[in-house]
Amino acid sequence: MAQTVAAVRGGTRPSLMAAPEGRRARQVLGERVLLGLLAASSLVAILTTVGIALSLLFETLRFLDAVPLFDFLFGLNWSPQIAIREDQVGSSGAFGVIPLLVGTGLIAAVAMTVAGPLGLLSAIYLAEYASPRARSFAKPILEILAGIPTVVYGFFAVLVVAPFVRDSSEAVGFEVSSESALAAGVVMGVMIVPIVSSIADDVISAVPQSLREGAYGLGATKSETVRDIVLPAALPGIGGALLLGVSRAIGETMIVVMAAGLSAHLTVNPLQAVTTVTVQMVALLTGDQEFDSPKTLAAFALGLLLFIATLILNLIALMLVRRYRERYD
Amino acid sequence: MDMSPSTIRPKLTARGVNVFYDDAHALKQVDLDIRAHEVTALIGPSGCGKSTFLRCLNRMNDLIDICRVDGDIRLDGEDIYDPAVDLVYLRARIGMVFQKPNPFPKSIHDNVAYGPKIHGLARSRAEMDEIVASSLERAGLWEEVKDRLDAPATGLSGGQQQRLCIARAIAVRPEVILMDEPCSSLDPIATARIEALMDELKQNFTIVIVTHSMQQAARVSQRTAFFHLGDLVEVGDTDTVFTQPVDPRTESYISGRIG
Repeated sequence: MAQTVAAVRGGTRPSLMAAPEGRRARQVLGERVLLGLLAASSLVAILTTVGIALSLLFETLRFLDAVPLFDFLFGLNWSPQIAIREDQVGSSGAFGVIPLLVGTGLIAAVAMTVAGPLGLLSAIYLAEYASPRARSFAKPILEILAGIPTVVYGFFAVLVVAPFVRDSSEAVGFEVSSESALAAGVVMGVMIVPIVSSIADDVISAVPQSLREGAYGLGATKSETVRDIVLPAALPGIGGALLLGVSRAIGETMIVVMAAGLSAHLTVNPLQAVTTVTVQMVALLTGDQEFDSPKTLAAFALGLLLFIATLILNLIALMLVRRYRERYD
Repeated sequence: MDMSPSTIRPKLTARGVNVFYDDAHALKQVDLDIRAHEVTALIGPSGCGKSTFLRCLNRMNDLIDICRVDGDIRLDGEDIYDPAVDLVYLRARIGMVFQKPNPFPKSIHDNVAYGPKIHGLARSRAEMDEIVASSLERAGLWEEVKDRLDAPATGLSGGQQQRLCIARAIAVRPEVILMDEPCSSLDPIATARIEALMDELKQNFTIVIVTHSMQQAARVSQRTAFFHLGDLVEVGDTDTVFTQPVDPRTESYISGRIG
């Protein structure tokens, strides 16, 4: 530094082109290696995703050779086990996906019945009412809840909630299966609470302070301000938070594998056992399988269905949240 | 000193008002009377405490945790910092218009109707529509929006939004309207409309306006108070303050040497 200053003062400023040859080459090489590394890393991630999507698509097409699309999408009966017998063709197995969709929807509905109100109310508390101290205490706890492995929720569902649901329902005279949709759904709901609350909290906090002041300036109380001004303003973003919760619910696997049933009943009674898309994918692919039987290929078709459904939900949710943010930035 | 009836009893009186943000002394021993049916302008460089003083008058500073207000502020002789004061009622009597137009994400009609609704001012739908219409009319917005009252308020232009916010404040039938730099985000034409509006409104309301623009203060106000570094330096008839300021700081500010 001192030398540079001296050189400038002395009028012997080095030419811009006069950087030592070796140093310059080293710089150029370093930049290129770094750039290559960064680009390659993102390329690997992108190609993997594309590859997975394509393999889902091609295997699904093979599956549809054996089972007509219509039977798959609108069939009311799901019993893929029949199809693995040697003397039967694949199409004679029952691959109607409707019972799985209804089961998935039922469990997701139970989960959102828990996660929606709990998540929203805790977000409202955190964003509008909690003192900075309470917030600094409660928010990390909610985030820890989000970090619990789902397998832990799973055995919690099997060992604690399912017996409780069964016993308490039987005590009032209901007939309950030990793998009820209710037990799996409630536990899944608890898992989703932090997802809903953390996004809804962000969205509510992003409502401009000027709107709250406008309401207070008119003489509105705190609860009137929250109810009449802040929540309606945050509504699109809150919708996005709920949709992300739903998307998480229909893709969740571990809890339902452990706590939901295996056989596909077409029912909307939450006290019955139902099965879900994810449970069936696990069931289809565990153990020794022929890789070209419709039974195995069905898992890819289910995967593609799930992938498309969550993709659409996520896109809508992100669009809602983003459009909402743009409105107030 | 003019002896019009409005000078006999001030609408608002402030005595010995001090405001602290944590340890920062933002407003020092301010004594100021606000006369009824006049526009009082609060002027001064940024950070001089003029907005802070304005927000003391309807206790908006209560929303800021670190803010502490000392002193005595009275509306028609009643202490507004008395613990028994109902903030809902206080803010119904002292309305506010903010720096940036802040219409609620509701329809034009519902924006104006919100205040009357929470204060229970209308007993029927027809009565509410009447309040909305007359408030919009007094805010000079009725002609522009009468055919689209159900349209979202956020679709209005900035100047229209600010007049909507004025209509929203008027709808509660306050006695005092506080305006915190209401034209700072508006173009000159919209500003001229709001200034003309203030002139009409002062017949029914007492108006206190914070402004950065000395021309605006000179145009709209009858009384001007000059704040500097938390002190109320000078207050008097607007003509006098602008033509024969007493304090050298006032003179420097209005001639553009400080601030």
